[in-house]
Amino acid sequence: MNGANEPIIEIRHLHTRFGNAVVHEDVNLIVQRGEIFALAGSSGCGKSTLLREIIQLQQPESGSIKVFGCEVQGMGSDQATIMRRRLGVMFERGALFSALTVAENVGMPLREHTDLSGALIDEIAAIKIALVGLPESAGAKFPAELSGGMRKRAALARAIALDPELLILDEPTAGLDPLSASSLDELVRHLKELLGLTILMITHDLDLLWGVADRVAILGEGHVLGEGTMKELSKSDHPMVREYFYGPRGRAAWEQTWNRK
Amino acid sequence: MSASTLAPKAEANLEKAHEAAVMRCSGVWTLQGIPLLERHIAQLAWPASGAVIFDGAAVTALDSAGAWLIFRTLRQLERMGLSVTIRGLCPEHQALLQLIQTHASGESAPGLPRNSFLNQLGRNVWRHLDEFNGLLAFLGEIAVAMLRSLAHPSLIRWRAILYNLQIAGFNALPIVGLLAFLIGVVVAYQGSIQLVRYGANIFVADLVGLSILREMAPLLTAIIVAGRSGSAYAAQIGTMKVTEEIDALHTIGVSPMELLVLPKMLALLVALPLLTVYADILGVLGGMIVAQTQLNVSFSDFLDRFDDAVKVSSFLVGLGKAPVFAAIIALVGCFQGFRVSGSADSVGRQTTVSVVQSIFLVIVFDAVFSVILSWLKI
Repeated sequence: MNGANEPIIEIRHLHTRFGNAVVHEDVNLIVQRGEIFALAGSSGCGKSTLLREIIQLQQPESGSIKVFGCEVQGMGSDQATIMRRRLGVMFERGALFSALTVAENVGMPLREHTDLSGALIDEIAAIKIALVGLPESAGAKFPAELSGGMRKRAALARAIALDPELLILDEPTAGLDPLSASSLDELVRHLKELLGLTILMITHDLDLLWGVADRVAILGEGHVLGEGTMKELSKSDHPMVREYFYGPRGRAAWEQTWNRK
Repeated sequence: MSASTLAPKAEANLEKAHEAAVMRCSGVWTLQGIPLLERHIAQLAWPASGAVIFDGAAVTALDSAGAWLIFRTLRQLERMGLSVTIRGLCPEHQALLQLIQTHASGESAPGLPRNSFLNQLGRNVWRHLDEFNGLLAFLGEIAVAMLRSLAHPSLIRWRAILYNLQIAGFNALPIVGLLAFLIGVVVAYQGSIQLVRYGANIFVADLVGLSILREMAPLLTAIIVAGRSGSAYAAQIGTMKVTEEIDALHTIGVSPMELLVLPKMLALLVALPLLTVYADILGVLGGMIVAQTQLNVSFSDFLDRFDDAVKVSSFLVGLGKAPVFAAIIALVGCFQGFRVSGSADSVGRQTTVSVVQSIFLVIVFDAVFSVILSWLKI
């Protein structure tokens, strides 16, 4: 658990294409242990594809992706299972199992991957539900009965069910009202500190980028256009990166963060 | 499976010192480590009174599951009236335990309430009555919508009707034809064994004609269409309900009844009788072929006898059932589609229910027809 400069995710010379459309062209990224790393970029720049390749839902054309120091491609199924236990994923729209209650959703990875007794699993699920800020009564509800914000929280509770070392969040604040979004910001930061997680997230949310992310990579045109802290990136002279920061919304978020400090 | 021998171990030992019991913990208190520990802790012989010291100095790793186990054990001890002190935990582990402590609710998550047998019986009866009630209400709504579109024929969506006619009628021709033909073959073949024994070969025309035209063709067609189209109706409308498309239709000012239900109903009312006639023809053809090959009854002899044996009324009885079956299938399929609530799971469930229910009702109504017709001596 020590060693601050140990890479959790290491992506080298990654190429991906769908038919004739080139998605990634020589993408290189390193996520260190214990940091909150954000992937940003305009829609369709291949952020989600990159994420799907990291969690082995999709195959890149060439290049290497190492997670926890192991090459992801061509990994045996036993090894993949071990790796999957060490990472938690929260999908953009929650992807909660609609046939199960929230508590059962959260308990499911525990039931699949551990030998704990049913009672203990229920208790651990309850504590995770409380950790993400859901009321106790939410556990017995079905996902369809929850609001959008609560569903995201429930999805987060399932993602942290196994106490993963790496938490991957796809658009954690998309579709939330500003109030719910900022409390989710808070939650992510809080969880990271308390559980010692490494977090990789995809987001468009400039508040999240300024307020929560330790380092940010901006993807565009198949490359990593810029990588670093938000402060470093704001000095970049790449036109697309500048557009990201100095567009009207970018300015507002920047000023807000500045005034807070 | 996951409890391999290589799994890291977490341990807890109880040592009785002279004034306080010391629970000495060591190892990896994580999800991998604690499964055995859970049972072990439950069996420890706690002192009846006094103090317990929790010594976590040798705990090498702790995750939130492990922290919960510690918290749960200590809480249990406190409830037993023992005083508990914690020592030796490193600051990070302490913080995690603190976190669990602040979020722990009074009790574990409430399970789903269990109902007694009588309670469940009552609920089920009520649910079925409620569903039947809903079905009748839905029938009423369709009737009203149908009357309204009869009053304003411009409201009828001809394109949708033609489209449904193609999907439910024309596209079903191959499967209905094949199965009707095979049923004709089977009926004639089974009958031929008995008929040959009495030298009554020619009566195969009576057997095939009456059974296919009166019963087999309408029933078979209705069952195939219920499986093919009734289920599709339920799934389509159900999915539209899950994705809020039905709500969108309401807000645009389009009645889902007129757009989705009426065209299906009208198309099926036309398609099912046509399919039944088609099934009649192919069923009898199947019988004729067996009659010729197995019973030496030529096509022309068969048709001569067929003309005498099968009255037009028999044909009309079979044909007359088809619109009723069509109405049942469309009604149940659409109704179950609208009963979908919320989730993907529910779409599957209601689709299954729609097929089972429509086939059930088709057969019940077929039986009712038989009884009524025998009273009327038709």
